[in-house]
Amino acid sequence: MRLEDFLLMRHEMLLTLMVVIVLIMEIFMDDRHKRCIRPWTIGLFAAVTIIGFLPAPTGTLFGGMFQTSGMHLMMKNILNIGALIVFIQAAQWLKLDSNHNKISEFYILILSTLIGMNFMISSGDFLMFYLGLELASIPIAALAAYDTFSNKSSEAGIKFIFSSALSSGIMLYGLSMIYGTTGSVYFDQVGSVYTGTPLQVLAFIFFFAGMAFKISMVPFHLWTADVYEGAPVNVTSYLSVVSKGAAVFIFSIILVTVFRVIAPLWQNVIWVISVLTMTIGNLFAIRQNNIKRFLAFSSISQAGFILLGVIGGSTLGMASVVYYVLVYIFSNLGAFGVVAAISTATGGKENISDYDGLYKTNPGLSWTLTLALFSLAGIPPVAGFFGKFFLFTAVAEQGYYALLTIAVLNTIVSLYYYLLVVKAMFINKSDHPIAYFKSDGFTKLGLAICIAGLVVIGFASPIFEFIKSLSFGL
Amino acid sequence: MLHGIRLEYFLILATLMFFVGVYGFLTRKNLITMLMSIELILNAVNINFVAFNKFLFPDKLEGHFFALIVIAVAAAEAAVAIAIIINIYRHFSNINVENVDEMKY
Repeated sequence: MRLEDFLLMRHEMLLTLMVVIVLIMEIFMDDRHKRCIRPWTIGLFAAVTIIGFLPAPTGTLFGGMFQTSGMHLMMKNILNIGALIVFIQAAQWLKLDSNHNKISEFYILILSTLIGMNFMISSGDFLMFYLGLELASIPIAALAAYDTFSNKSSEAGIKFIFSSALSSGIMLYGLSMIYGTTGSVYFDQVGSVYTGTPLQVLAFIFFFAGMAFKISMVPFHLWTADVYEGAPVNVTSYLSVVSKGAAVFIFSIILVTVFRVIAPLWQNVIWVISVLTMTIGNLFAIRQNNIKRFLAFSSISQAGFILLGVIGGSTLGMASVVYYVLVYIFSNLGAFGVVAAISTATGGKENISDYDGLYKTNPGLSWTLTLALFSLAGIPPVAGFFGKFFLFTAVAEQGYYALLTIAVLNTIVSLYYYLLVVKAMFINKSDHPIAYFKSDGFTKLGLAICIAGLVVIGFASPIFEFIKSLSFGL
Repeated sequence: MLHGIRLEYFLILATLMFFVGVYGFLTRKNLITMLMSIELILNAVNINFVAFNKFLFPDKLEGHFFALIVIAVAAAEAAVAIAIIINIYRHFSNINVENVDEMKY
């Protein structure tokens, strides 16, 4: 092994370097200048994101424990973009006096989870996968409990750490059975020995249950709404897009590499689970009044849609999953960006009824939220439509027409509740609408990136073609 | 050393521990006890890994490595969980899981 081989881990090394730099800034800056950490971190991280797009070598490291290819790099870059937008949107909230002493904590914890996700995506064996998964989930519990003086925040933290610990325990039990029946933990070796004996199928079910917790598929979704509601808005937005995206990526990679042999079995499982996830997520979203809880259930149903791309295990399916996550990052972060801006400016107004008459006072924010919700619902001019379109194409290509019908029906239901929020902003009258307020430059920049992404990605077909050229399947 | 004790006994022990852990997690009301139940689950996994490695694949050490890593990660998890439990105690003045229910449905 040569020293240059470490360049394969470029993303991870840069992120580790960032953690160290933020830590040093925290130690050596005096208290009055702590706020300068925000622009510096955002600037440095923007540089890291751009460096991530430069061409990079591909291959494996550490005897196959770490692997990287064009697709892996693409996934990591998408996660970097998501984290960058979260950083930009969080800047105004971090400026609040209550957060003044823990600005760097926010950045360090998020960067650590990002390192974990990158290792998880690039893992070539279950040991590295497990380590990455835990590194990606333990700091998020600390982030969910970030608001030390809020009951709800610590409640969200405890709910997250307990459900994630239980789910990884269940998953590990499955992994131990996989090890016992195949004698290896490396993806390629397990994949070549795995034949689908009853014990191995049981192991797969344990593994699936553990991953279902992370992606918040029904019936393992119950933690999602509580954690999303209790955690600070910016943490929620990170949790709902970047964390979920990373879990979906590695889930589809493992399904097509390790569990190739039992593909008909897991396709049936995903068929049922994705129908349940879409439908139950939609039905519960209708009756929510807290906007964060509403977006939590909407994100559960979006997870059901993402599973549509996973089900075929085809090249087109994986490409459409990656593309959909990219679009989903921009649309969901656009929605959460507006929610975060309003919550920060009004001191925690988070009910949908508070948004009545928002268009009269804050037209810019209203239009941004409308565009983001249209994209989540999949209405044509914005990128969300193309994301859904490719997912549906991937399903139709595999011949799952019943599933396709249910998915389209669910899209219509989801349109109803997304429009409820739009109606509240544009049509409903209110005696005390949220007063006009001016957002700072960071928030505006964050929302502008989201809008630009929503408009540009939909019309730039080379992006999908490029992702598809990197993709791989069963 | 392990004369006469067959692999099955280790697997039965691990399975029992795993389900005792799951049962404890679902029925206990005290947050610390729930954390202990999770440790039971993880230790069941460790027994599985080490037993499989010892009996079936003694020429390689992957199972042992996995068990070691699981122990380390479990410690980190417990540290964060206990820190949050202390925070819960400050807010709710007890650590009964039934009182931590501000958000529902």
